[in-house]
Amino acid sequence: MSQNKPNAVQTTGHVWDEDLQEYNNPLPNWWTIAFYITIVFSIIYWFIYPAWPVGHGFTTGFDKITYVNDQGETKTSHWNTRALLMKEMNEHAEQQKPYYDKLMAEPYDKIAKDQDLLNFVASAGKTLFGDNCAACHQSGGGGKVGFFPNLTDDDWLYGGSYDKIQESITNGRHGYMPPFAQVLNDEQITNLANYVLSLSGEPSNAAKAAKGNELFHSQAAACFYCHGADAKGRHVIGSANLTDKIWLWANVPAVESAQGKVEAVKKVIESGLNKGVMPTWGGRLKPEQIKLLTVYVHDTLGGGK
Amino acid sequence: MFKHEWLETNVGLLLVFTMLAISVGGLVEIAPLFFINNTVEKVEGVRPYTPLESRGRDIYIREGCYLCHSQMIRPFRDEQLRYGHYSLAAESKYDHPFQWGSKRTGPDLARVGKKYSNEWQVAHLMDPKSMVPESVMPRFPWLLTTPLDTADLKDRLMAQRAVGVPYSANQAEYERNVKEFGAENAEMLKIDDAQKNLLKQAQDGNFDGDRTNVTEMDALVAYLQVLGTMVDFSKYDDDNFVQYR
Ligand code: HEC
Ligand code: HEC
Ligand code: HEC
Repeated sequence: MSQNKPNAVQTTGHVWDEDLQEYNNPLPNWWTIAFYITIVFSIIYWFIYPAWPVGHGFTTGFDKITYVNDQGETKTSHWNTRALLMKEMNEHAEQQKPYYDKLMAEPYDKIAKDQDLLNFVASAGKTLFGDNCAACHQSGGGGKVGFFPNLTDDDWLYGGSYDKIQESITNGRHGYMPPFAQVLNDEQITNLANYVLSLSGEPSNAAKAAKGNELFHSQAAACFYCHGADAKGRHVIGSANLTDKIWLWANVPAVESAQGKVEAVKKVIESGLNKGVMPTWGGRLKPEQIKLLTVYVHDTLGGGK
Repeated sequence: MFKHEWLETNVGLLLVFTMLAISVGGLVEIAPLFFINNTVEKVEGVRPYTPLESRGRDIYIREGCYLCHSQMIRPFRDEQLRYGHYSLAAESKYDHPFQWGSKRTGPDLARVGKKYSNEWQVAHLMDPKSMVPESVMPRFPWLLTTPLDTADLKDRLMAQRAVGVPYSANQAEYERNVKEFGAENAEMLKIDDAQKNLLKQAQDGNFDGDRTNVTEMDALVAYLQVLGTMVDFSKYDDDNFVQYR
């Protein structure tokens, strides 16, 4: 073996299986140099960035970050990720700021005529709506029968004006209708269901609907208190308009048979409604984000009126 | 002279020195945090979980929700825009173990509390695709039919108390909690009343939409609904927490 040659590479002297040996080469130069550079780098790093714990604090480093906070004050802090975030948020806001400023300054009817601003609303609103609203109202705002109202049609529980939409988003909504199973008997509820169906031109029994009509406007059932004498609903309490073909809770269009439609409406009257809960966004989103979403719902989704 | 060969030829020694070398990294990075005053931000509102929320957290861990969800919003722009204010260390100071996580198949949940209604949470856990058509989250329908086991509730709270969560087991601790968290919260933290408080919160909150029984769904939704809601950030300037880092 080469062992005996002069100038041969040194071995560690370990021998296995008679002739298996281990070279003892020095580390390549480039490797050692790179290693020393990392050490030098870390020492420089200690001086620039927060590094060493000292007592109950730590060395903060020489690097500084200057940012503007929401109050408009310019502040300087030692380098840290939270200060960096403040700076980045404000640089980002810098690009969007003119739009948001305009959005906050102008009244809704002027915004509606400003195509440039509407384009901004459509693109920024898409993300905001996707992150916060789409899980319920679905990506395009189409809603889900039995759960969440459609925001793209011009039927509104609480009103489709800018102000009403903004109110819905800021304070949230919670529609309530009491259960009538204990208050009315089955015949009465059947009559009411027929009346409600007749209002939107669905198949119904005319005699029963006539009795339902009477009951709807009587003190006994008192439906008209909430839904109004014309059954068109009242925006202040979000009672549904019962005269249009749009259904949120009783999925009438999905049922083929006339009998099935009656059952669907009866079920709503019997058990009442308490699960229409729209969360409050006033604390979670900023005022400018809420205003942007209001315009997004009203104009981009296009259901506003 | 110290020779490397001693270590390499002595397995026991090698083991001890390897462990020493590795623990240097841990010690240098972790230990100082226990002594630095600013590690846990001074902030109002953070309290231990109520008994019901705490059981919900147990179920969250049992079902492995953490395998797909983190609970830690990092101080980055896109995260702030999507999820809200970055998480504070103070917000998980009563979490044992914390649920920060590092795997996000689904979104971060650190601020999911009050974002959706109870109805949505229940419908989503029963069948995520029914609410979010493109979801890959599995269904958890058994939560709604499994009654919540509260037999060992006290033991669970005592265990948390043992690692420093301020649930109260005596009058002195109760009074300390009144000072720290207010009378109403202090009531909730009494270990002796845990059973009663759990039932009451489940009744009042009606998290799963059925008041007649307390299910695992009640507990999990109660937990989800409190996540990230304890600190009222409107009380602080947006850059208030910069000073702690
Ligand atoms: C947890 C599910 C949920 C989320 C998330 C949600 N909503 Fe709603 N929203 C509802 C429900 C349910 C209603 C109907 C309330 C009722 O029936 O009383 C509603 C009603 C509304 C209304 C009033 C509709 C009408 O007909 O008057 C508007 C506007 C609205 N939501 C916009 C939004 C916007 C914008 C967002 C995102 C910031 C959002 N919603 C997020 C569930 C949700
Ligand atoms: C206390 C007020 C109140 C009373 C009284 C009331 N309703 Fe309602 N009703 C509502 C509200 C509010 C809604 C919408 C709930 C929501 O969207 O969350 C509603 C919804 C409905 C719906 C569902 C519409 C749809 O889109 O699916 C029907 C049907 C209905 N009511 C019929 C009746 C009848 C019939 C009566 C009388 C027996 C009645 N209501 C009495 C408040 C009331
Ligand atoms: C296989 C991975 C996976 C597991 C396990 C999982 N999730 Fe999810 N989760 C997702 C995905 C993906 C989404 C996003 C789509 C959606 O909303 O369904 C999501 C969304 C959510 C959301 C809505 C978040 C938001 O802000 O919109 C909640 C709440 C949630 N999951 C809770 C849970 C809980 C509680 C568990 C345990 C019982 C769990 N998840 C287990 C993947 C998972």
